[in-house]
Amino acid sequence: MAIRQAALDVLARPAPGPSPREFATPRRRAAQAGWNVLWTGVTGLATLWIVLIVVVILGTVVLGGWRTVTPTFLFKNPEQGMTAGGIFPAIFGTCALVFLMIIAVLPVGVLAAVYLHEYARASSPLTKLVRFAVNNLAGVPSIVFGLFGLGFFVQFLGRGMDRAMGLDVVFGQPAILWAALTLALLNLPVVIVATEEALRAVPRTAREGALALGATRWQMVRHVVLPQALPGVLTGAILSVSRGAGEVAPILFTGAAYYLPYLPTSPTDQFMELGYHVYVLATQSPDVERTLPLLYGTVLVLLGLTFALNFTAIFLRAKIRRGMGLGDTA
Amino acid sequence: MTETLAMTEPTTAATAATAAPVAPRPASRMTASALPAPVQGDPAAPGRIALTVEKLSFFYGKSQALFGVSLAVPERSVTALIGPSGCGKSTLLRTFNRMNDLIDGARVEGVVTLDGEDLYRPGVDVVDLRRRVGMVFQRANPFPKSIYENVAFGPRMLGMKSGGEMDDLVERTLRQAALWDEVRERLKDSALRLSGGQQQRLCIARSLAVDPEVLLMDEPASALDPTSTAKIEELVLDLKARYTIVVVTHNMQQAARISDQTAFLMQGKLVEVDATSRIFTQPRERLTEDYITGRFG
Repeated sequence: MAIRQAALDVLARPAPGPSPREFATPRRRAAQAGWNVLWTGVTGLATLWIVLIVVVILGTVVLGGWRTVTPTFLFKNPEQGMTAGGIFPAIFGTCALVFLMIIAVLPVGVLAAVYLHEYARASSPLTKLVRFAVNNLAGVPSIVFGLFGLGFFVQFLGRGMDRAMGLDVVFGQPAILWAALTLALLNLPVVIVATEEALRAVPRTAREGALALGATRWQMVRHVVLPQALPGVLTGAILSVSRGAGEVAPILFTGAAYYLPYLPTSPTDQFMELGYHVYVLATQSPDVERTLPLLYGTVLVLLGLTFALNFTAIFLRAKIRRGMGLGDTA
Repeated sequence: MTETLAMTEPTTAATAATAAPVAPRPASRMTASALPAPVQGDPAAPGRIALTVEKLSFFYGKSQALFGVSLAVPERSVTALIGPSGCGKSTLLRTFNRMNDLIDGARVEGVVTLDGEDLYRPGVDVVDLRRRVGMVFQRANPFPKSIYENVAFGPRMLGMKSGGEMDDLVERTLRQAALWDEVRERLKDSALRLSGGQQQRLCIARSLAVDPEVLLMDEPASALDPTSTAKIEELVLDLKARYTIVVVTHNMQQAARISDQTAFLMQGKLVEVDATSRIFTQPRERLTEDYITGRFG
């Protein structure tokens, strides 16, 4: 009661100074309106600039490449020193590589994120250390991963396996298996961060609801948290796929081949890859004029593959959310 | 949003308790009233004591949310916890199923028992405890699954398989929660399509499905319209025939309507506990009277 009376007293008193509104003179208001228009323009131009760049890139690639992308191009081997023929081995190699990478990275990444977010105490030094490591892993240049893959997977692990099994040289050489594992390592932070993000988005009330019913922590994670986090986990998976499909540096020393007339059939085979093929066509061609259309075509296919993957992700995510009755916005 | 909601209440409880000592009342009266108060002369609560709290103090890190609270909850009756925001009533409620364990840095002193067993003794199976002590939350939190699957969730976690027995259990439980007639035609629909009141009754059904002994309710109707609130209250009155119920509420009329015993908390201390009829007509403490007549809070 007393508080209310005090407020009424203050309201009843006449205002001591000028009203703050008097500061807004007509001149100042005109100037403010001017700045407002200016900044609308500046921010708009910045956006336009980005749109323009994207349009130019896509336009160049599509205009230069659409004539090249024919069934022959998609389903035949390179011919005549890569100045003719198709890029089928590179398309196949990319898909196989990415497939192997996902198999390697998803379980480890998702389980690590589940541990970090659901089991570990956020304040424990170990959790902090692991988070720190994950964040730093994400900042390591990809060429370093490539060198690490060569040193660790190919030379240490591969040669070690050969020696242990008394083989000649089977594992101890660049191969699609080692390239996929190197890529998986590169993408581990992507998957962990995306999964943690998805886990964080699952409301506390849902977890408490499950625990209050006498679910164990694992039952809660398995039946309540993970299903709700699935769309986010998928997003992470697809993000890592589109990133993996375009990375060249990590596979440079670990398995990608300049030219192979056959497809990889075993994990220890080398393979051709689209991104690396673009690099090869652009820098190693004996006849630049004749290679150029092929180069455009290859880039177009690479972009198309990446976009297709992204759209699949968006589609899948929306479908799962509808299935849970959460709607597209939840 | 919901996540922060669940967090803020206990934290403010703690800060309020440490930052502002109770000014208007002499401290001696507060401590004197914090002893376990015998519940006498109430015909509705004659039963055995199900839950007891003895000299319970609760800490969130360095800040204290409960100060030496003692309380006895009789079996098959409704006990209401009332008090201003941040007084620690939710914290107290959450010690009964050890839901506070989830919070980093939470610490308990004192004894809480269920059927004479100390709940905070080392080696207590918390998962089993939560099967015996069900909980309904302020905001209805059905899982994004079908209505049927929401009710079947608890039994499934216990290891019960799908089939006729499960169907019967789901039906019986939904009937107990007075929801069966509204949802019998659409058990396979998403629970999220139900109205807020129906969702809350579904959450009650979900808790009942694991056959608990005690049901904790944390402001179960505070987010609902008056009609849905009335249904929940009616349901609580029905359920006490079989379950021991502890309900936190901001709404004093509600406490008066549904509870047999009422405990009034303020700034982490138990001010008074008595039969509801007595608390609302002739409270022993001035603070209680001030609160229930709306002079503060």
